[in-house]
Amino acid sequence: MIFRTVLAAAAAIGIAASALPASAQTQISWWHAMTGANNEVVEKIAADFNASQKDYKVAPVFKGSYPETLNAGIAAFRAGQAPHIMQVFDVGTGVMMAAEGAVKPVADVLSESGMAFDKSQYLPGIVAYYSKPDGTMLSFPYNSSSPITYINKDIFQKAGLDPNSPPKTWTEVWDMAKKIKASGAAPCGYTSTWLTWIHLENFAAWNNAPYATYENGLQPGGVPELKLNDPIYVNHFQALADLGKDGTFKYGGRTSEAKQIFLAGECGIFTESSGGLGDIVKSGMNYGIGQLPYDTDSGGPQNTIPGGASLWVFGGHSADDYKGVAAFFDYISKTDVQEFLHQKSGYLPVTLAAFEATKASGFYDKNPGRETPITQMMGKAPTENSKGVRLPNLPQVRDIANEEFEKMLAGQQDAQKTMDLIVERGNAAIKEAYGNM
Amino acid sequence: MHRATFPNRWLPWLLIAPQLAISLVFFYWPAVQALWQSTLRQDPFGLRTAFVGLANFRRVLFDPAYLNSIQVTAVFSLLTAFLSMAIALLLAVQADKIIRGRGLYRTLMIWPYAVAPAIAGMLWLFMFNPSFGTLAAIPRALGIHWDPLLNGTQAMGLVIAAASWKQISYNFLFFVAGLQAIPKSLLEASAIDGAGPAKRFWTIVFPLLAPTSFFLLVVNTVYALFDTFGIIHAVTSGGPGKSTETLVYKVYNDGFVNLLLNSSAAQSVILMVIVIALTAFQFRYVERKVHYG
Repeated sequence: MIFRTVLAAAAAIGIAASALPASAQTQISWWHAMTGANNEVVEKIAADFNASQKDYKVAPVFKGSYPETLNAGIAAFRAGQAPHIMQVFDVGTGVMMAAEGAVKPVADVLSESGMAFDKSQYLPGIVAYYSKPDGTMLSFPYNSSSPITYINKDIFQKAGLDPNSPPKTWTEVWDMAKKIKASGAAPCGYTSTWLTWIHLENFAAWNNAPYATYENGLQPGGVPELKLNDPIYVNHFQALADLGKDGTFKYGGRTSEAKQIFLAGECGIFTESSGGLGDIVKSGMNYGIGQLPYDTDSGGPQNTIPGGASLWVFGGHSADDYKGVAAFFDYISKTDVQEFLHQKSGYLPVTLAAFEATKASGFYDKNPGRETPITQMMGKAPTENSKGVRLPNLPQVRDIANEEFEKMLAGQQDAQKTMDLIVERGNAAIKEAYGNM
Repeated sequence: MHRATFPNRWLPWLLIAPQLAISLVFFYWPAVQALWQSTLRQDPFGLRTAFVGLANFRRVLFDPAYLNSIQVTAVFSLLTAFLSMAIALLLAVQADKIIRGRGLYRTLMIWPYAVAPAIAGMLWLFMFNPSFGTLAAIPRALGIHWDPLLNGTQAMGLVIAAASWKQISYNFLFFVAGLQAIPKSLLEASAIDGAGPAKRFWTIVFPLLAPTSFFLLVVNTVYALFDTFGIIHAVTSGGPGKSTETLVYKVYNDGFVNLLLNSSAAQSVILMVIVIALTAFQFRYVERKVHYG
């Protein structure tokens, strides 16, 4: 009853938004979830595109947080009022991919408008993440980020650690964290945002370990089963749980809450999205950046998978509308637009040309560490374990994992039981989600 | 009793038509939709649909997470309703005694009611943040390891405190009004007969407040069950684990985060039944015992 009312309200807002005054120009609606500085980037890109030609007008509409935007889009689609373009966060990718009748692959949008989509111009890790197994690109990568390590150099100095060498492996993280705590340099050694994204999905890719069967759900053919109770995960989380007992590792919350702990100078080491850099720079902290640590039990670092969001195109609009969408995507792929996006928002550029241009401009020399998230994503060609995770209900699986992590960190269960429960509950939920499809 | 008569038999229908239309569109239509949705299995986009009868209900009712949620809701609602009413009554009785600055005191007491649930939640979250919260120092000083992020009992305490705090103002207002309606002569007569303040309260004031208390019991139960979503969303998001996931929060989480719309609809229908049963029970059995002076 309650959810229906909300759904109806969301749809009503959608109708209102699409009933903008008609004009000779073709209106292209773009629903997004960007706030603050990133919202300004969206507004500027749309305004610049509108000024650059006169056939199409892109109208960006802020729809709330990532999940709220996704829900608004789904509600609007069910009401027959879908927007043209919708920004969907990384974990919503599986949800969108499962909705084949609702979305129009970006590759089709571009080719139907006579624009060739040259895959080689884009960062390979990102394109692979947003493509079907056969290579058809489904959504347009807009803002991509990658998890990296931040250190507080002042705390490192106080603890007698070298502030110029951030930890490279998880074992080093544990050792350094213990040293920070033992020396009294800070009340906590290590904290992290997004345990699911960083310690499960990226941990799997970076260490080339399977997250689930069927290539983490990317290969069709069956219902994927989680592999998260393999020893490499159990050992990793047991170490984390052990460090949590005396506060050497401090849990901040399910999403990005731990950033406050790091900014308050409570912890020496911190793993977070590269998109979180802005706040750390703003705080004036004496910080350092390193790659995401890898597990010494693995074959060394592979490649990370992108976080952030991509732009999806809904089906059911006119051919003329799609020409406008294609023109807009063509515009945002331009090198100077990508450069602007990358340097202003802290997200990764999606084209190689923008990356090269930023490099040539000396941006990375002036802003050390800004290159790290790109190099770790591009370092190696992705394997079957490192193309990403594709489950139709990844948000739900993350929820289950977070719940079990919290029980583990509260001392109610050890890592083996935690990972077994995640697999058991997660598999049941995945099976149900496949049953719904 | 005087019976109102209208010159035209259609006029009364016309006059209540707007109210009827609103009820139909915003209450009955969604309720019927929820009932219909709860018997289907559908992907989030509604592209594939199958009729499954009562399978969603069976799944929900045998789900240990749902049973846990019922327990969480019971604990949360009972404690919130009890705490907010007890504290409000105590404050109202005290406010009734003071003569100077009564208006100011009352105004200050009513303020928190104007605070939106989500903001109230944020305030409490901030005050009790283990790292920088000012009030987090109190449990720490008492030797308690304060960590509501991982400790389910502490998280529950925090949401109950925030939810009760917000509702105290409302209850206070009604109790103050209720106290004013009690004839002073009764209290004076019993004082002359030698009854002390405690005796006067429990034998005269408390029973005469029963209609107010009953009304507030209904309002507070409904509040704790349905209007505390914002607080829980802001403070704990149902965590840690599932220790603060109430039934309403679970409807939201399963529907809007996990996109299991049909399971969420089935849960909404169960909630609807609970509300109907609860209201019927309260009016049938509890109201009988209330002394309406």
